[in-house]
Formats: sequence, structure tokens, C-alpha cells
Amino acid sequence: MSEYHLKTPISEEEIRKLRVKDIIYISGTVITARDQAHRRAVEYKEKNKEIPVKFEGNVLYHCGPIALKRNNKWMIVAAGPTTSTRMEYIEHKFIEYFKPRVIVGKGGMKEKTLDALARYGAVYTIFPGGLGALAAKSIKKVVKVEWLDLGTPEAMWVLEVEEFGPLIVTMDTHGQSIHKEIKTKTLENLNQIISNL
Amino acid sequence: MVYIKYVYPLKMEKINLFMGDNLSNINKDRLVEALVKQIKIAVTTLPDDVKTAIKNAYNRERNPVAKKILSSIIENFSLAEDHGIPMCQDTGTITWFIKVGKEFPLVTELSQLLIKATKIATDRVPIRPNAVDPFTGKNSGDNTGRFIPWINWEVTDGDEAEITVLPKGGGSEYTAQLRMVSPGLGIKGIKEAVLKTVFEAGGKPCPPIIVGVGIGGGADIAMKLGKLALLRPITERHENPQVARLEEELYNELNSLGIGPMGLGGDTTVLGVNVEYAYRHPATLPVGIVTQCWAARRATIKVSSDGEIKVLSHSIDNIFEINLLGD
Repeated sequence: MSEYHLKTPISEEEIRKLRVKDIIYISGTVITARDQAHRRAVEYKEKNKEIPVKFEGNVLYHCGPIALKRNNKWMIVAAGPTTSTRMEYIEHKFIEYFKPRVIVGKGGMKEKTLDALARYGAVYTIFPGGLGALAAKSIKKVVKVEWLDLGTPEAMWVLEVEEFGPLIVTMDTHGQSIHKEIKTKTLENLNQIISNL
Repeated sequence: MVYIKYVYPLKMEKINLFMGDNLSNINKDRLVEALVKQIKIAVTTLPDDVKTAIKNAYNRERNPVAKKILSSIIENFSLAEDHGIPMCQDTGTITWFIKVGKEFPLVTELSQLLIKATKIATDRVPIRPNAVDPFTGKNSGDNTGRFIPWINWEVTDGDEAEITVLPKGGGSEYTAQLRMVSPGLGIKGIKEAVLKTVFEAGGKPCPPIIVGVGIGGGADIAMKLGKLALLRPITERHENPQVARLEEELYNELNSLGIGPMGLGGDTTVLGVNVEYAYRHPATLPVGIVTQCWAARRATIKVSSDGEIKVLSHSIDNIFEINLLGD
């Protein structure tokens, strides 16, 4: 378990150094995208249409923030992670097409994503669920918002962050996944406890 | 820090709710104001028992990743409390639990006042609009809709009202389960039902969690009892020693599952287990298991016969001294 403080843009080399259980803090550009934005971005790419943000070297955050417009300026009130498995069906394509280096979410992802992380050089990390206040604190600026027609939670928010974390690497470029490991271990524990009742 | 500006200011002044010499003179607007503040307390400040349990878990935890997560949870809830901002962006479905005396003067109007307070709180605390029409998918925008906020009533003697608000997040409600256990399996069957539910929930309900277990009654009653069990502080054991023993045993067994904070492994899977029960039908043993995330938000106030409002769940002397602005 090592701790890293990374700045965007993050290189592939830096990402391949990371291992599961490492903890990272990020300063730079974070872009939110959840269900609808994932679908639209992949559709655009497959139709050779440009998307209005640049993920390469940056951070993709599975998040639907509470955003408020006051005095014609957007502000983020709370911005904890949303459950990542909903994006599992499409994330491998998203990684291939847009090359984000770090994905932030909660709950973990599965095999297809794990393979894409290794192939294209990215890590999946967890920001602990419910830490909405802490996340909002690290957001220094709303740079811009795109695809607002999808609604504020589903839009892509381009955020400038400082020391955003702790982000725990739970799936790395070496095929390791804490989620898989814990599932197996807790199932063993469950069977043992039940047989001792 | 920039984010403080996001909190919608509500100008507060110290004022007595009690306008005359008996409760029938309660100023309704002031009561609504107190209820809005009660929601504010709930979403920004954890009850003392939950805070202590998280801090104790942090001290005991041996897994370094788990310890890091627990320390960031502590940092997050302290930040939220100090600045008066919601600790989590999911401020849940607003549910009220009311124990109202038969003689309480506003007994017929209370539900309207609770709905009004819920709407005002959505804009002013602020809390996230979380009431969605299941058929159209449309969000009402103010946390109200058909049957929502849900209000649980219990009528008691006297002229006081005890009002609890439980803003419970969707992530932890998602993993709740009803299990119909074969009565022949007895306590062992109950334990297996709880263990399997928490195992299947894994990291989804944002552990460390609190587990409310409702036993007996019937399918709907067991679920309701499971939720009612969550209203009791986790430091208090059930008055029935057999039930208290079940709570303690389940606490240890669930923690040996090794799910850990956020499902990444560790010593801390649950912060507490509260059990409530009703007599059952001879042929059924329903077990309602309600999972509650670490952000176990609840607040209780008492409106007493002399017009005074007391906060029972938090060490706050005067609800009207709470600054809705933050700091």
C-alpha cells in the first residue's frame, strides 16, 4: 500500500506503476459521466463525431452531483460517487475510445473492464461512498458543463480539483481486482460461520 | 473554503415557539421552522452514538485500507457538521415517525406541517429532490409526492409530540430483504437470513452498516419492525435479554464476514445490530432485514406541553439557535 499524489495529464507509465490497495490523490481535471453520457459518448465515437471534452490523461468520475446555479455561476454542493456496475456493459469501449487514465466510482467493476484497464493502461479506483462533503471541498472550479440536456446529474461536468481523494486503487493494469478477491474470501467466511451456528 | 457559499441562507432569530399560555396557541409557522431545522440537523450531523461507533471502529481496525476509509469518513462527517452541509449527496427519502399524544392540539394538522417542512427543507438546507413518480419517471423536485414523505403514526396518552425524521439513502435501502424462514429453524434460521443478506449486500450499502432486524408479525410487519429498530441508538441493547444476546452475537458474526468498509475487506462490516420483534403466526417466521449506511442520519425532537422544543437525538440545547447558514 503506497500513497501517490498525481497531477493530470497522467501518463500511461505512471498508471502502470500502480497496484491494488495503493491510495492516490489527484489534482487537475476530473470529468463526470454516468449512464447517459457513457452511451452518448460511445455513440458519437462510432459515428466519427467529436465529443466536447477530452478524457485522455484525465479522470473519469462516475458521479451525479448536486449542482446549483447561483448568480449565473455553477457550483457543486455535494459530489460523492455513484454505483459503477451500471456502466460495466459499455466501459471497455469507453476506455478504448477515450483513454481516461483513472476511473473513479464505487462498488467495483467486472471482467471486461479489468481486461480493458490492462490493455489500454488505466486503473479503477473507489472514492468511499457518502463522502459528498469531502469531494465538494476538493473541487476548486467548475470549468464547464456539457450535455446539460441530459439533466444536471447526467451531464458531463469538467471540474478542476485539488488533492481529490483518497482514491483507492481496487483494479489495476496487472489484472488484479480487490472486488474479486473479497467476494471469494467473504463467501468462505460465510459458509464457515453458518456451519458453526 | 468556497463550498460554504453554496448553502442557501435562512435568516434565523431566536424566538419562542410558545406564543400564549397553552399549546393551542402554537404558532404553526414556527413549528414548521423547527421541523426544517430538524431535517437540517439530521442531514448535517450524525447522532452521538453513530459518531462514537465509527471512531471506535477506526481505533480497532487492523486493515490499513479500511483504516484509511474510516478516517476519511470521520473527516467527512466532521466537515459536514462544522460547515452545516449535507454529509452525503443522497439525502434519502424523508420518512417521519410520530408519537403524538391524544391531546396534542395540532394533531389534525401535523401531517400537513410535516409535508410543508419537507418542501421548504429541499430548497433551504438544501437536500436533494428524491421523490420520483414510478410510472412517468418524473421527479417532483421537492421531496413530496403520493404517500411521500411517508409518515408513521403512533397515538399515545398526553399532550406532547415526539417527532423523528429518518432521511435514509437509496443505496442502503436497495439491499434490504425480507426472508421467510422455516419456523423449525428457529434462531439459527434467523441468523442465517441476516448473514446471507449482509453477504449479498457486500460493499453496495456503503459499509460499515447498521443492521435493523425485524422478526415475526407478518411480512410487512417484519420489514417495518426492522426499520423501527434503526431508530434506537446502537449503544442500547434490547430490554429482553434473549433479544439483546442475539444482537451481540449477530454483531460479532457479521463482523467476521470480513466485508469491511466499502466492501474492500477489514474488521469493520457493521457498527451495530438492532433487533425488534412481534409475536408470530405458528406457521411463519418472517425476518425483515434493513441495511443502513454509515451515514445513519436521524433526528428526534419533542414538543412538550409547556411549549418547549427539545432535541432528543443530539446534544443541542435550543433548536432555534441552530444556524442554517453554516458558519
